[in-house]
Amino acid sequence: MEKDIIIDLRNVNIALGGQPILQDLSLYIRNKEFITLLGPSGCGKTTTLRIIAGFLQPDDGQVIFDGTDCAGVPPHKRQVNTIFQRYALFPHLNVYKNVAFGLKLAKLSKKELHDRVTEMLAMVNLTGFEKRTIASLSGGQQQRVAIARALAVKPRVLLLDEPLGALDLKLRKDMQVELKNIQQQLGITFVYVTHDQEEALSMSDTIVVMDEGVIQQIGTPKDIYDEPKNAFVADFIGESNIIDGIMLADLKVKFAGMTFTCVDKGFAKNEKVDVVIRPEDVDIVPAAHGVLPGTITSATFKGVHYEYIVDVQSFKWMIQCTDAYAVGDVIGIMIDPQEIHVMKKSKYSDLIGDYSSFSDEFDELSNPLEEDEDE
Amino acid sequence: MNKRKLPFGTALLNAPFTLWTVIFILAPLVLVAYFAFTGNDGRFSLQWFEYIFDPARRETYLRMFGDSLLYGALATGISLLLAFPLAHFMAQSKQSVQRVLMLLIMVPMWMNFLIATNAWRYILEHNGLINNLLAGIGLPRLGMINTPGAAILGMVYNFVPFMILPIYTVMARLNVQLVEAAQDLGASRWEVLRRVIVPLSMPGVMSGVIMVFVPSVSVFFINDRLGGVRLIGDVINDRVLNETNLGAAFSLILMLIILVCMLVLNRMGDREKGAFVN
Repeated sequence: MEKDIIIDLRNVNIALGGQPILQDLSLYIRNKEFITLLGPSGCGKTTTLRIIAGFLQPDDGQVIFDGTDCAGVPPHKRQVNTIFQRYALFPHLNVYKNVAFGLKLAKLSKKELHDRVTEMLAMVNLTGFEKRTIASLSGGQQQRVAIARALAVKPRVLLLDEPLGALDLKLRKDMQVELKNIQQQLGITFVYVTHDQEEALSMSDTIVVMDEGVIQQIGTPKDIYDEPKNAFVADFIGESNIIDGIMLADLKVKFAGMTFTCVDKGFAKNEKVDVVIRPEDVDIVPAAHGVLPGTITSATFKGVHYEYIVDVQSFKWMIQCTDAYAVGDVIGIMIDPQEIHVMKKSKYSDLIGDYSSFSDEFDELSNPLEEDEDE
Repeated sequence: MNKRKLPFGTALLNAPFTLWTVIFILAPLVLVAYFAFTGNDGRFSLQWFEYIFDPARRETYLRMFGDSLLYGALATGISLLLAFPLAHFMAQSKQSVQRVLMLLIMVPMWMNFLIATNAWRYILEHNGLINNLLAGIGLPRLGMINTPGAAILGMVYNFVPFMILPIYTVMARLNVQLVEAAQDLGASRWEVLRRVIVPLSMPGVMSGVIMVFVPSVSVFFINDRLGGVRLIGDVINDRVLNETNLGAAFSLILMLIILVCMLVLNRMGDREKGAFVN
């Protein structure tokens, strides 16, 4: 066990309304790290957060905070604070009094309280907004008040439940940078919940990918992206071509009727596996030079690159590259050994197909913005 | 062209409401004032006010107005004390429980208040339900009927739903996350109530207070039957048919008193709000 662990969830189980939400979840969170719980709606990430905050008690298992079991400790006695999805600012109080709310309860002296509120408002660039009502603020400003209010009481851990979900894209990007800066500046632990994989990759020290109440993978953003553990993680984080393959021997995998050299080993001989190849890791070359021939069936200009759907032996691949091709072009593809990621088969293997039904619209439908798992 | 048409269309849409206001709100008020200031000879006169404030009767009537205010205030205060915790409990209950409680609160309102009041009389009187039960188990009979307490009980029984409903409506809409946010920031249950739930329920409390206080102050029959107390509402009720002009004068004075009370209450409400914000 590592020493600097602030929160330790041990074999946590919880069911809500007869529906199991978390199943035997174990997770430790290091002090001062930025950890993200990432997964689709209903995966249990918000429930995990609410258990840490004390709003929910697990049916089974332990929550250990800084070495002490906090079973039965009510939320107002925990050294964690939450930034709620829709901010939950007090509408009957102005900006100053919202930020001062927790400090007042902590019985700070008038001067200390004033200094602290002023400092917090300065940190989130809201100096001069003290007297404003909550209703008169924009979404981004409300978000900042929520951050100032939660951080004013100096929590050891800040829990953030989809905090940027209600903001527009540009503001979201700015706030991502700002939140990360605040976290590093204050040196406190952030536990961040999101379904936005890009947000998770750009902000986190550690990502926890969850689905159906089970942790699928824990790792750094690079680990998660480069070495997904199963087809779910590969599919959820970024785009992936997931192809059935057979591990012939260490460093040798067969898929699409060809044998490739790879960098993976430790599988049984002739074990069935999932092979993951990222769209940007495939090179398009003239048909004669490629290892596999394919036909372009769809081409979309994405700004930085083109996105092609390529038919390779009736399996639709997604390939991203900067060269222009037209629909119907016959091309060859090349894959470097280190770009081939071999994963064990999982229950997700059969659920995730190729890109034949892919469209942007479908992608949005499967990534709903609203997170309603607890409501 | 369009710009000219629009106000006309708006006026047309407003017509039913305007008509309603004129016929059912303005006209009765004007009539009350007209009767109050009309003498026996059919001309403008202050004779009814002179009658009420005549030194021989002044004290009796002033005490009646005072009693009405006092009974009204007590009934309102007790209703608030009962309604607030109940509304809070309801708002936190499961949907099914909320529906049942709501029904239980509404059902007494479906019963005519004359019948309900007579029923209460039967329950409280010397040979009534409670006293017969007490006597049956060998306890002495209690003098409950014809006491101020019985009068106030009758008012609270009749008017408390009007206190519960507005408070409950406001509380049910209260964002649960606000309560969680307060807990999260270190507020105990009591502090959540004091700093979040009570201040955010004030709009409901204010309308509840108005909806109970106004009918309580002008109440008649209930207090007479249960409390044996005659209040200003009874005076108006007695006069309104045979001495319409005098009844109108009483009504006008009562309306003014209620208006002043409402203004004071509104002031207090604002200050209350301010107190909680601190």
